[in-house]
Amino acid sequence: MLFELRDVSLNRGGRTVLDSFSADLPAGVTAIVGPSGAGKSTLLRLLNRLADPDVGSIEFRGEPLSELEPRRLRREVSLVPQLPALLEGTVRDNLAYAAHLARKPLDCERSLSLAGLDPEFAGRRVNELSVGEQQRAMLGRALAQEPAVLLLDEPTSALDHASRDAVEAALMHLRRELEISLVLVSHDPEQARRLGEWVVRVEAGRAIAAGPAAEVLPASGSAP
Amino acid sequence: MSTSIHVTPGEVAASLALVALAAAISFWRKADLERDIGIATVRSFVQLTAIGYAIKLIFEADTLWLVFALLTVMVLFGALTARSRAKRVPGSFWPLLIALAVAGASTLGLVVALGVFEASARYLVPVGGMVIGNAMTASAVALNRLGDEMADSRARIEATLALGASAEEAAQPTVRRALRSGMITLVDSTKTTGLIFFPGTMVGMLLAGAEPTDAVRLQLILLYTLLGSVSIAALVATLLAYRNFFTPAEQLREPDA
Repeated sequence: MLFELRDVSLNRGGRTVLDSFSADLPAGVTAIVGPSGAGKSTLLRLLNRLADPDVGSIEFRGEPLSELEPRRLRREVSLVPQLPALLEGTVRDNLAYAAHLARKPLDCERSLSLAGLDPEFAGRRVNELSVGEQQRAMLGRALAQEPAVLLLDEPTSALDHASRDAVEAALMHLRRELEISLVLVSHDPEQARRLGEWVVRVEAGRAIAAGPAAEVLPASGSAP
Repeated sequence: MSTSIHVTPGEVAASLALVALAAAISFWRKADLERDIGIATVRSFVQLTAIGYAIKLIFEADTLWLVFALLTVMVLFGALTARSRAKRVPGSFWPLLIALAVAGASTLGLVVALGVFEASARYLVPVGGMVIGNAMTASAVALNRLGDEMADSRARIEATLALGASAEEAAQPTVRRALRSGMITLVDSTKTTGLIFFPGTMVGMLLAGAEPTDAVRLQLILLYTLLGSVSIAALVATLLAYRNFFTPAEQLREPDA
């Protein structure tokens, strides 16, 4: 099992964000789906220790997350946040920085191609990119670290249909090309169905269902 | 030529007309600073009068222990005052206290060691006051900027941490800008000194009847000393304070935590 979460609870600012959340996330593509404010993004932050739960346990490949060195974990389990947040400079600068942190040789062209961006974007300054391009540059930056797991927080929420399709195609291509697991947060059950092999449904900070996509998500067009 | 002048209480009272003007401008333009101007005026009067008598006693006693005690009190109050300008920085008191103490001790130690000033109350008290006062302003500005920048840059800092960067690496651009903010005011005013403003020491010496060349030389020494002290204070304050935004597990703390 990739991640095992047991009775994970987290409060922030007097609000319960996660409430005895328990679920298993296997290797492959897992989609975490649920309405806004259900605690999905917080869940991703816990998986690479940008935050720790108040109570409960999380294991990564059988090891308690709290015993793993956060920096090493984050290079192996890379989070791509919902909003693009690139460093100043060019796309290449960003990829080079990420590769340097992971002590990996930089193959800028390959990382950008895998992220669905033309390699000519390497020399572009990040403030000249559209949101969709920035989102893919963020993905490329994470891939430059050659992580074992990618955590993707609503990777297409700010995009139009064409850009969304491009990112989704890039993710499916990634899954085929690399031995990489994806944990993807989405508010859109259709996207979860398109991309997810395993789906966890989240509501009000709790996992209400988990299993293969076809079992957990109602058939397209039927009432939720 | 006399090297001292006598200022009467009446002359001090007359200068309050300018304070009234400042309050009137604030009231007229709704800047909402009348209360602050009032507090500043009363505090400056009380504090300077008190320190005037304290300095008189210290000069007469001329023991370095009293000088040390006075400068320690200045460092303490400086840190407390600067803390109120760095509200968005968690636990800012200790970084500020250490920054002011290090800036004061190293700068004064250096100017004494270099033979610029002799180690006596007559030199250490006024120079120490200027050094600590300017260090306080610089570190308060630096930490104020640090607090604002950390809040504005949360997304970028977290995204950098998420790549496996250390807290130091993730905060580096923010810390650099905060340090720059703390130093830039004095650097800029040093560039323009003599051209578009006369610094206080030089004005004071000229009013007291000193030779202009002496006034200029002393002013230059003080400006260069202050450049050193504000740099040290801003550096120490930012380097110690940025860590308070992070947990030991290199996580960005919640703003209200």
